[in-house]
Amino acid sequence: MSEIIKTATRDAYGKALVELGESDKKILVLDADLAAATKTGMFKKAHPEKFIDCGIAESNMMGVAAGLATAGYTVFASSFAMFAAGRAFEQVRNSIGYPRLNVKIGATHAGISVGEDGASHQCCEDIALMRSIPGMVILNPADDVEARLCVLAAAEHDGPVYMRFGRLAVPRVFDENYKFQIGKGAVLKEGTDVTVIATGLMVNEALMAAEKLTDEGISARVVNMATIKPIDRDIIIDSAKKTGVIVTAEEHNIIGGLGSAVAEVVCETVPVPVLRVGVNDVFGKSGPAVQLLREFGLDAENIAAKAKEAVKLK
Amino acid sequence: MDAKLKKELEIFAVKERLLLLEGIFNAKAGHPGGSLSIAEILAYLYNVEMKVDPENPKDPNRDRFVLSKGHAAPALYATLALKGFFPTEDMKTLRKADSYLQGHPSMNKVPGVDMSTGSLGQGISAAAGMALAAKLDNKDYRVYTILGDGEIEEGEVWEAAMFASAKGLDNLLVIVDNNNLQIDGTVEEVNSPYPIVEKFEAFGFNTIEIDGNNFDEIETAVNSAKEFKGKPTAIIAKCIKGKGVSYMENAVNWHGAAPNEELYNTAVEELTAVLKGLEA
Repeated sequence: MSEIIKTATRDAYGKALVELGESDKKILVLDADLAAATKTGMFKKAHPEKFIDCGIAESNMMGVAAGLATAGYTVFASSFAMFAAGRAFEQVRNSIGYPRLNVKIGATHAGISVGEDGASHQCCEDIALMRSIPGMVILNPADDVEARLCVLAAAEHDGPVYMRFGRLAVPRVFDENYKFQIGKGAVLKEGTDVTVIATGLMVNEALMAAEKLTDEGISARVVNMATIKPIDRDIIIDSAKKTGVIVTAEEHNIIGGLGSAVAEVVCETVPVPVLRVGVNDVFGKSGPAVQLLREFGLDAENIAAKAKEAVKLK
Repeated sequence: MDAKLKKELEIFAVKERLLLLEGIFNAKAGHPGGSLSIAEILAYLYNVEMKVDPENPKDPNRDRFVLSKGHAAPALYATLALKGFFPTEDMKTLRKADSYLQGHPSMNKVPGVDMSTGSLGQGISAAAGMALAAKLDNKDYRVYTILGDGEIEEGEVWEAAMFASAKGLDNLLVIVDNNNLQIDGTVEEVNSPYPIVEKFEAFGFNTIEIDGNNFDEIETAVNSAKEFKGKPTAIIAKCIKGKGVSYMENAVNWHGAAPNEELYNTAVEELTAVLKGLEA
């Protein structure tokens, strides 16, 4: 059995930035005194002349990023998801989103898996906030391979992008042949009874859930939805038609995130039941990440249970 | 200042006031008080100071202007129109549904607008980013931004001020329109930002206090800011809100209200008389 490689997507973010810094692209990386944690520190070390520490002032950082972007730079602005999407929401909306400037927000430490720091830092609202900004692209990679590809794709995309990364080391899902395209979901496993559409670290859990379900005689399709916006409508409609029920899985509030995005498409096209696995509109708490994920139902076991519940609705 | 130039600028400022009021009157909405207050500053920046070209408004080497107090858009649009960035007739379409002249500046819709603003406190951050870009690119363009004195109650202004001085952005000129009034009353009554000069000094700025409706003082201050190296400069400009229209001067109720036809005609008469006097 091959060894399972575990890497945090924030590490992949830092490495991909270093790679981008070596290209001809006119890029800058901004951080708000969290370079060691967001992993932009790797970039700072490799390309100090292209790194700007804005200090503990995320709102200003977003405005500075916007100003730099008007001068032709592709700017990566990094902080924890809580502060990037939360504190600086209005700056992202008005100074970056409205003028459609070329700023890429690298938001790390998203979700419950922040762990010990607790609820104040466990942002489960960022996808909902960013989805509501017109034109904002939202990427939520499942592993380090996909995270790297997301960063490279974001750099090529003309306009604002929100990238969501995690603190916790997660198992690698994809091999080096994996192709990522903004706006496209990917069927990772075919199935006929239920589709699990997952994003971020829940993708691996969804694959494990599908294995459990197979043992119980349920055939689950698994879709990786790394782009939350623009959402891949075709793959959702196709899944609704093929399996008749859908379960969504995300490390985010069940309000406003992937589950909502999928339900919106399903309601307007092929109305079938959609059950959501996510943080059930509660704040997080301190504790070891893996334990918290289990406690909040963000694991294969809960996805499998929801899938069985969904199948009964057919 | 040269007497001929001063007269030209005075004429420009009156035309700016007439044009911005025409826009606000036709829109039946807008912010005349804080637009009228900065007419001289904009007239000086766009006629004397800034390297900008209406034929090439996106020239990468141009000087930048960010109207951080975005609600004074009518003043900026009137200035840009008089400089030829777009037709002056279009001012009649201000704030209308089929117009590109948005209620607050939009960089993607209005030629010559360098940054979308309107939400107070944000423009100065973008201006700092632009000034930093000039430094990184070894370009000599300068960045100018005008803030309201009420606006500096926003915390982001001070984040940006700290950043601008920490990064040594001496190519950034911050001008505070210190007209002493905000929507709910005088700035002291609402949430006093005073002492403004000392605050900017404490944040590492070179500071200059002037009468912001006086061309001689504007010229001296702007030139002095250009010479000052190592720190950004803040000009604290004492301005008269509603300047040039008798019933609007220092009157808080004209922050965000359009005049009716009778009052509009009074304003036009007053300003036209001044214009005739200057042109005589």
